[in-house]
Amino acid sequence: MLTPDQTAADDLRKRVRAFLAEHDPASLPRLDFLHARFDAGLAWVHYPEGLGGLGLPRALQAAVDAQFAAAGAPDNDPARIGIGLGMAAPTILAYGTQEQKERWLRPLWTGEEVWCQLFSEPGAGSDLAGLAARAVRDEEGERWLVSGQKVWTSMAHAARWGLLLARTDPDVPKHAGLTYFGCDMTVPGVEVRPLRQLTGEAEFNEVFLSDVAVRDADRIGAVGEGWKVAQATLMNERVAIGGGALPREGGMIGLAAAAWRDHPERRTPGLHDQLLRLWADAEVARLAGARLRQLLAAGQPGPEGSAAKIVFARLNQELSAWELEFTGADGLRYDDWSLSRPESVSFFGRGPGYRYLRARGNSIEGGTSEILRNIIAERVLGLPTEPRTDTKVPWKDLPR
Amino acid sequence: MTTTAKRGAAPARASGSMPDLRYTEAEEELRGVVRGLLADRSPWPAVLARIETSEPGDPAVWRAMATELGCAGLLIPEDRGGAGASYREAAVVAEETGYAVAPVPYLGSSVVATAALLGSGDDLLTGLAAGDVTAALTVPFGQLPPRTAQGAARPGGVRVVLHEPGDPPRTMRLSGQVLGVADALTADVYLVPADGRPFGLCAVDAAADGVTLAPVTSLDATRPLADLVFDKALGRVVAVNEEAGAGVLAGLWAGAAMLASEQLGVAQRCLDMTVAYVKERHQFARPVGSFQALKHRLADVWIEVTQARAAARYAAACLATGDADTPVAVALAKAACGEAAVHAAEECVQLHGGIGFTWEHPAHLLLKRAKSGSIAFGTPGQHRTALARMAGLPPAGQGG
Repeated sequence: MLTPDQTAADDLRKRVRAFLAEHDPASLPRLDFLHARFDAGLAWVHYPEGLGGLGLPRALQAAVDAQFAAAGAPDNDPARIGIGLGMAAPTILAYGTQEQKERWLRPLWTGEEVWCQLFSEPGAGSDLAGLAARAVRDEEGERWLVSGQKVWTSMAHAARWGLLLARTDPDVPKHAGLTYFGCDMTVPGVEVRPLRQLTGEAEFNEVFLSDVAVRDADRIGAVGEGWKVAQATLMNERVAIGGGALPREGGMIGLAAAAWRDHPERRTPGLHDQLLRLWADAEVARLAGARLRQLLAAGQPGPEGSAAKIVFARLNQELSAWELEFTGADGLRYDDWSLSRPESVSFFGRGPGYRYLRARGNSIEGGTSEILRNIIAERVLGLPTEPRTDTKVPWKDLPR
Repeated sequence: MTTTAKRGAAPARASGSMPDLRYTEAEEELRGVVRGLLADRSPWPAVLARIETSEPGDPAVWRAMATELGCAGLLIPEDRGGAGASYREAAVVAEETGYAVAPVPYLGSSVVATAALLGSGDDLLTGLAAGDVTAALTVPFGQLPPRTAQGAARPGGVRVVLHEPGDPPRTMRLSGQVLGVADALTADVYLVPADGRPFGLCAVDAAADGVTLAPVTSLDATRPLADLVFDKALGRVVAVNEEAGAGVLAGLWAGAAMLASEQLGVAQRCLDMTVAYVKERHQFARPVGSFQALKHRLADVWIEVTQARAAARYAAACLATGDADTPVAVALAKAACGEAAVHAAEECVQLHGGIGFTWEHPAHLLLKRAKSGSIAFGTPGQHRTALARMAGLPPAGQGG
């Protein structure tokens, strides 16, 4: 006898097969195919009907993606629109109005509209709630004028929309004075400049906002509730960064293991010992990631994703450092310092020196490992916060 | 129980799909009753008091666990009076014996000795299931499980000697010694692997002539070891040759996997106890748990426990289905859980400060159980060395 889950999976398989019979992936233009897939509810089956989904369990999505891939169907280039899929979409789904969901989710999923994240500022990194970008409502109440500087914005140069967190009330304590918006990146006053990083390239941007007009209709969540909405985005970010199902040796450990197998002449007992520890740690982390996804299949991401992100960062750093040392004298060469503008980060296709340098960012971006440890200590273990002087006074009175 | 990996190829999981690494509702229920019983009948002051007596085990607690809760017969088929459960459930009980540092012979009798007998279906299983009898496989607790049945049927400390006139059929006379056997002090029957032609696995009554048992002053006094000397002791033959080797092998692999789960329970108890303490303990007019220096260390312990849990569940799931990946899974789990337990216990002592260094506080019970358990059935380093072979990562100086 089939369980309800198996029945649902079976029905879904038939539905995808029927869809493919009516929409030939080989002859239909790519965008037409993606539109049709979205409208058939097969984009993300755990989303509601009418918004690209069928209201089914999240766990069923992987099989759908695999079925489309097996049929040679075009995909929505998920690596390029990772922020949209991983952060913007769940936030809009949780806090957006029906109009916003209908306006934003379809072009987000098809990749026609790229999203970026306008959160961090030069003066607000770990202390994100202290941010200073100011949004002032106009007299009619229809528009907000936003001024400030955002930083570490990947894909801002290609983005149509930004997830904007701005200060709407400086007279209340910092967490209470924030509001969340969808910001049109194509309007006047938005200036995007590349931010070169220590690898030589510029994955990220600085975004300067000068009296940028944002429609009140593009506000996500209530005025003053921006912090709450931003939490949903950040939890999803950590799951996105730490997650992803991989086969054994599927991540950076695969590169290190391959190097070891290919170069017997470079092997030393010390490096062997380190590699075995890393291999075991990477495999256990992979199992822990699988377990986390099983636990999340029914529910929403919680602070547990923070653990995956810390482990992922540490492993990437240790593995890339190991690999660079194993490379020996060749590790003294670097492949390319030129200022390129990659659309997505990949540790593959570059040399071990690049991997070593890029991995340093893994424990900083998306919440430093230190901030994540605070989150685990406070939200999972229930430990008290450090005594704080910044949470009860109006934001405008804080020293900065 | 061997896995071969070709050079240059990542070892793939044989069955392809990831088993469920969560706990089922039934498993959580089982955990609840075992934890309740041990908290009620074997709280740590009782454990502490017992280690200073000459009677190492707590027969009343064991009887309740074995018969009232049916833990002794968990792995034994229903037609032998057992519960016919799998290693998944057995692992949950092991976690709880670790959580309580319970002085019960669950690991030695209900896991190791039972697993050694399951293949031959020996009649002793009926008595074990009922909780009337406890048994111990006489292999040093510190021994790394061998990789093959042939490896298990190798010369040990006990030899088969000449029969005496009038000895019944299917018996052997055994002489020799085995040092450092766990759960032997409370066992009624010893399962003795004996070198000879044929190699035999024999059941020797603890009270039989020619059996001498010497308690060992053990690092972990809650699971004291014993040295055993056999002088022409009469044993009933349970199995011979390959079948005997397979029994020993099954016992030791099950022991290593379930000991990993026990270590997970130890780690969880250390974490729970320490978190509770740092919330209460005040210095500098605030709970010490509000200092980031301590919070970050506890967050790291939580992360390590979270990772180890995935490895332990994977090993139990593989063992339950006889998955071809079992040797990798058990080595990973034993390495990860051993290190997690030792780290958690060391942090437990440190973060308790002075009180954690006293005899009166239970932290040392956990520390000693953690360190002993990490050495028993193979240290983390030994298991990682075993992984090198299985993962196709040969040591330095070896080509290919």
